[in-house]
Amino acid sequence: MNAESNFTKKDFTPSGEVKWCAGCGDFGILSQTIKVLSETGKSPEEFAFISGIGCSSRFPYYVDTYGFHTIHGRALAIATGTKIANPDLSVWVAMGDGDGLAIGGNHFLHAVRRNVDMVCILMDNQIYGLTKGQFSPTSFRGQKTKTAPLGTMEDPIDPVALTMGLNGTFVARTSDRNPKHMHEVITRAYKHKGFSLVHVLQNCPIFNDGAFEKESNKETRADATLMLKQGEKMLFGKESEKCIVSTGFSPKVALVADVDEKDILVHDEHQAGLGHFLAQIQGENFPKPLGVFIEREAPTIDQEYVTQNNSVIEKKGRGTIKSLLEAGDTWTVG
Amino acid sequence: MNEPLKIQELDKVVIRFSGDSGDGMQLTGNQFTGASAHRGNDVVTLPDFPAEIRATPGTIPGISGFQMQFGDHAVNTPGDFPDVLVAMNPAALRANIKDVKKDGFVITDSDTFTEAMIKKAGYADDVDPLDAENVLHKQVIAAPITSQTIETLKDFDIDKKSKARCKNFFTLGILFWLYDISPAFTIQWLKGKFAKKPMLADMNIKVLNEGMLFAQNSGHFQSQYRVQPADLKPGMYRSVTGNEACGLGLVAASNLAGLDLFLGSYPITPATTVLEEVAKYKDHNVKAVQMEDEIAGVCSAIGAAWAGYFACTNTSGPGIALKGEALGLAVITEIPLVVINVQRGGPSTGLPTKTEQSDLMQAMYGRNGESPMPVLAAKTPADCFHMTIEASRIALKYMTPVILLTDGYLGNGSEPFLIPDEKDLPVLKVTQRTDPKGYQSYARDPETLAREWVKPGTPGLANRVGGLEKDITGAISHDPENHDEMVRLRAKKVQNIENDIADLEVLQSPHGDDILIIGWGSTYGSIRNSVDKYQKEGKGVSQAHFSHIFPFPKNTGDVLKKYKKIVVAEMNLGQLAPLLRATYLTETIPLTKIQGSPFTEKEISDVIDTLI
Repeated sequence: MNAESNFTKKDFTPSGEVKWCAGCGDFGILSQTIKVLSETGKSPEEFAFISGIGCSSRFPYYVDTYGFHTIHGRALAIATGTKIANPDLSVWVAMGDGDGLAIGGNHFLHAVRRNVDMVCILMDNQIYGLTKGQFSPTSFRGQKTKTAPLGTMEDPIDPVALTMGLNGTFVARTSDRNPKHMHEVITRAYKHKGFSLVHVLQNCPIFNDGAFEKESNKETRADATLMLKQGEKMLFGKESEKCIVSTGFSPKVALVADVDEKDILVHDEHQAGLGHFLAQIQGENFPKPLGVFIEREAPTIDQEYVTQNNSVIEKKGRGTIKSLLEAGDTWTVG
Repeated sequence: MNEPLKIQELDKVVIRFSGDSGDGMQLTGNQFTGASAHRGNDVVTLPDFPAEIRATPGTIPGISGFQMQFGDHAVNTPGDFPDVLVAMNPAALRANIKDVKKDGFVITDSDTFTEAMIKKAGYADDVDPLDAENVLHKQVIAAPITSQTIETLKDFDIDKKSKARCKNFFTLGILFWLYDISPAFTIQWLKGKFAKKPMLADMNIKVLNEGMLFAQNSGHFQSQYRVQPADLKPGMYRSVTGNEACGLGLVAASNLAGLDLFLGSYPITPATTVLEEVAKYKDHNVKAVQMEDEIAGVCSAIGAAWAGYFACTNTSGPGIALKGEALGLAVITEIPLVVINVQRGGPSTGLPTKTEQSDLMQAMYGRNGESPMPVLAAKTPADCFHMTIEASRIALKYMTPVILLTDGYLGNGSEPFLIPDEKDLPVLKVTQRTDPKGYQSYARDPETLAREWVKPGTPGLANRVGGLEKDITGAISHDPENHDEMVRLRAKKVQNIENDIADLEVLQSPHGDDILIIGWGSTYGSIRNSVDKYQKEGKGVSQAHFSHIFPFPKNTGDVLKKYKKIVVAEMNLGQLAPLLRATYLTETIPLTKIQGSPFTEKEISDVIDTLI
């Protein structure tokens, strides 16, 4: 990313052991994240990694930057304070689907809404791993887990659709089994000024193995995913023989051979309407879109605080204890 | 015009203003307070808000009150029973008449005593609320305040409703005349307030003057009264509420520490005005952030404190309940954080607008695990400023979250605040480590046992902290011996603060050691007045008031040993008393009240009388 980066992956890799289960998707996410960090040109101490509780929330211990492993669900609220206090830090939040969308759901809404300038990596394995196999808010209806032995009775949250609905300024999805794509998406998320959601389809080999097998397996992923590329037609399938066309407000899968070429949708990351449309693509007959759904510019809360404070200080001068206390209606005795 | 009346001197006066929420009684009370304070009186106020913002006008649930006491000496409290009741309608009269002193004045707006309004106030049919029987032994001045106000403003080209809205200044005029207080303060305030709408200033000033003339000429009053200036410490003063004082204290502490202030908070009665106060000071580069909930409020502050900033959160009891887990995180990661709890009546939503001291045990123990946090309490509105700085000093020096307890009475009540000189304020020593050599996250200062603060961004010191137990190097440790050691170290660090705080002061009676009345927080004023009375009567009644509750001042045990009987007065079922018993094996006599209002001096005296 930055040809002049003086850092290597090693500079961001602490000496301690990484304690995820063998085969956990988090390893790949960690590796690509460290790669991106080493390419930014920033030194390790300029980064702050903040997490809540869960398997993925061990992340801060595994990157050699400043790190804060906090409490369940609260990483985004804590990171919001860190970023507003010190906008110079590059703030990253690592979270899982339970941590970020169940107990931390409220903070998620508001971090997106405030457009806090940070990268939020949501490692979604559709299960609670650290507590050993209960359903999460992204588990599909009917998913059998220890707390839903006959299958869950609730619909899942789609993190991308949720964030689009909150007018997120950067929303992307990638897969733990596609390092190149993951690297590209995390790099873009880092470069975006504002709240960047990176939704990673992540495999939990112990409690929910194969949840995203279709989207990850080299044999099937060409048919099961739609790789979004700016300015390019939405084609998928091994031979790019399938495409997405729009019929009114609904997407439709068609064979390229069967449609007029100009009816095939072309991806545009800057069109929120299209992003919403893509976020709604789901179900057996549709591929899962991966890539950047939206990227748009908007003020970030951390910079808004800087701007307001600076404008007041420029106008009034920096306050002192004297100016603070000897204000309003004062009177003198003696 | 009548002959000038004789002016009688009084040493103190208590006035209660009451009316519908929209009658401007808080404003009227504040104006009278400001004018009286400018004259040099000591003044203490207590607003009393209804829980509903705008209950049905004319009904008792909608009545808003403001009580103030001014005197020629330190008055300490807003007073027990009013000498004057201002009641802007029948409901205000009915709600408050029972408290008025014998022969006290009742000033009321006769225009509001219509059949409908009398009924709304809940009087039985055929009852005349102003009939002698219902206002026994009171001097009632039933003035046509609304109609006089409208008449006064007949030449102003504005609708009748807007004219009627000036009626509180008519009332204020009556009081200014009655207590011989110059209206200059209020006139200046009105001119400033309505600088862009001079007609509104003119209207209110005209009505204010008319009220004064009415009082002088109507023949209702046989005398004027005057309260001489109090013998206050020389210096510059301003009036502050406790919540304003907390806000000012936080901003001042940030200046003293040389660190920018971050306040992460969430609106909750009666604590919200601390956040509102702090939000004003962008010129101090303050970042006052209204978060999405109580948990986010404290969490954002923890994130800012971890980032190396001076961070605080403020709330009331229900908010502390929600913040508990995060406060534990601040304890185990040992980061400085000031937490202000403006207590209110509980449990649950309880009495949101009323005062109580029932969160002491919550402050002490309301977290999972061994989770010690210093607990402080402010005793008067102005003391909120100094105790906020004290809480900040402890937090920053010992790398610990600190809870400062105030309450609704302190938060909304006001008194004159002697503006301190910066050089008289404590130095808040803050060091943030920059030397990477030999750094260990949980290495401690041998004296304070505080770990070092490293600001993320500092080269060469990247490290990880978190809620999991760590060893001295900052590595996660599940080793039982390490946990035992760390738990004991954190406890010792907080206990050691006892070596660095002021002794427990005793207002000692020269007449013996019969009774010690102990209190903490906002009960100070009423206990003080009661103790003063006994000491003047030659009784052996002394007072000790805790500002530091955890840890207790080191001399506490010695103080407790000295007295034959120890009374602990608190607005709860007894929360300090068991802490004293557990720590010093001292038996105490409880004096408790949980009625949403501060102790009256009489309530204290009633108990002490039985012990003498």
